[in-house]
Amino acid sequence: MGLLSKKDTKLITDPLADNNPITIQVLGICSALAITAELKASIVMAISVLFVLGIGNVVISLLRNIIPSKIRIIVQLVVVAALVIIVDQVLKAFAYELSKTLSVFVGLIITNCIIMGRFEAFALGNGPWRSFLDGIGNAAGYGVILVIVGFFRELLGSGTLLGFPVLGNPIPGEQTGLYAFGYENNGFMLLSPMALIVIGIIIWIQRSRNKDLIED
Amino acid sequence: MGLKSNLHSLKEKYRGTKMAPAFNALHTFLYAPNETTHSGSHIRVVDDLKRTMNTVILALVPCLIFGMFNAGYQHHLALGDIGRADGFFSAIFWSWDNLVIGLWKVLPLVIVSYGVGLAIEFLFAVIKGHEVEEGYLVTGMLVPLIVPIDTPLWMLAVAVTFGVVIGKEVFGGTGMNILNPALTIRAFLFFAYPTWMSGDKVWVHGAVARDKAIAAGQNIDAISGETVLGSLAQNHEPAYSVADMFFGMIPGSVGETSTMLILLGALFLIFTKIGSWRIIVSTVLGALTMGLIFNFVVSQGWITESSKFFGLMSTTWWHHLLIGGFAFGAVYMATDPVTGSQTNIGKWYYGFFIGFISILIRVFNPAYPEGVMLAILLMNVFAPTIDHYVVQGNVKKRMKRLKVKTA
Repeated sequence: MGLLSKKDTKLITDPLADNNPITIQVLGICSALAITAELKASIVMAISVLFVLGIGNVVISLLRNIIPSKIRIIVQLVVVAALVIIVDQVLKAFAYELSKTLSVFVGLIITNCIIMGRFEAFALGNGPWRSFLDGIGNAAGYGVILVIVGFFRELLGSGTLLGFPVLGNPIPGEQTGLYAFGYENNGFMLLSPMALIVIGIIIWIQRSRNKDLIED
Repeated sequence: MGLKSNLHSLKEKYRGTKMAPAFNALHTFLYAPNETTHSGSHIRVVDDLKRTMNTVILALVPCLIFGMFNAGYQHHLALGDIGRADGFFSAIFWSWDNLVIGLWKVLPLVIVSYGVGLAIEFLFAVIKGHEVEEGYLVTGMLVPLIVPIDTPLWMLAVAVTFGVVIGKEVFGGTGMNILNPALTIRAFLFFAYPTWMSGDKVWVHGAVARDKAIAAGQNIDAISGETVLGSLAQNHEPAYSVADMFFGMIPGSVGETSTMLILLGALFLIFTKIGSWRIIVSTVLGALTMGLIFNFVVSQGWITESSKFFGLMSTTWWHHLLIGGFAFGAVYMATDPVTGSQTNIGKWYYGFFIGFISILIRVFNPAYPEGVMLAILLMNVFAPTIDHYVVQGNVKKRMKRLKVKTA
């Protein structure tokens, strides 16, 4: 690892597991519940947040010495809002159907606690390169959980992955694959409460593998 | 006592090993163990959690047996093989043919429910190294009684797994759960596989298959198995008399149809002091109150026959007690000592709101006119809050008394 020092590598790997923004800090839950019914939407959301948080952290880090601390929240909001609008316009231009599925949740990236949290906690006190790594790491940690949840919800809820029917054809009368044995999709998986339960199970597994993470 | 001593020696043999809780559970499930505690003074009674559970199961057995006969009766009735039974002791109802269908359809539900549920309990006991808890004994009996007769067994297995793990084990096992596990299982089934859990085809054995065959062009002459609630929700006059509803000769989930037997079960639970009469009475009061309110709204002409709520709103107020799963929920589910209110005053509020909300959901949610499940789950969540305010109120009262005395 010539490119990254050990400390820098930790910035990326830590949020992926032991300091995950969703499962450990319990931030960004809203969007994790709302858009994970499909794997595709989860992936796009993860990439969008990766873009916003990566660039946003760099911008805030560059501006950190000239932002008056009294109005720093407003400045941070302007930066996020600008980046989110870019994402929103790109999605509308190149993936219109998907942007309709994600609907307001692209706009709501602005209020994603992870982003403001990283600006406040990291970018305001660190240089642009380290801030960039921190942003990428946290967004990836967020994205990993989103993709895991999206994977299970789409697989068990609709029997598809990225839109491909992987479990067979569910149409009555011409069932194939698992459906021929009487299997049926689990409609509960498509409802938001189930996303919360899936995240809960991930938290459960993670904490029983690493006992240090358990709070009293 | 051959079996008992054999079980005892087996238990001794595996003492201290990983499988110890499993053998201990088998032993204490059947017999009260001989050993006593070694330190401190203890009063030893046999009337423990297991005895409580067994009493509830005993109270459920009539419903189970009736459910088996009813399953066959509804099936043959739908096919036109037999006529309507008149009265509770009609030979048409208590026939061998009916029981065969019932045994064939209901026993697998019971076996899957107990098999999967107890397997998970054993698994968690072995992993966590604690004793197997008795909590599943009642849940395992309740579950087959509150599902439609044709529920696929694998769905039941998935739902039981979900209910026991997410509804109970994650909170720390028996006695720590927030929600009633049996209702968690039922709610999971309802939200996950709604086509198997609601509508007018699922309540009679074979109706789904017949419907598919008719759709495929076969000419089968059979009446549909619409429940009383289902027809009322569609503003139809139900095809059953009040006596049918009371005796339970109506389509519905396996064991919930007979209000009469549930009433007997309730008396038994109250007599043995296992079920809380306060909760049962207040739940009924809540339901009657809501029923009267709806009847009043209709009698004032505020709502007319064109409204989609008319059928259920105009149902005579006390009929609500006889139809759907209300009676079963009020007697066997709401009285769960773990998830219900603990304080005596709290029990009145807890029960009243269950009854009140049940009928409210029933009337305003025609797509799924059975609200008792959701009402009990909702009040399960609020039970600790109710208890908190009751206790705080008591503390305040006593503080006042103390001040008066010292002043």
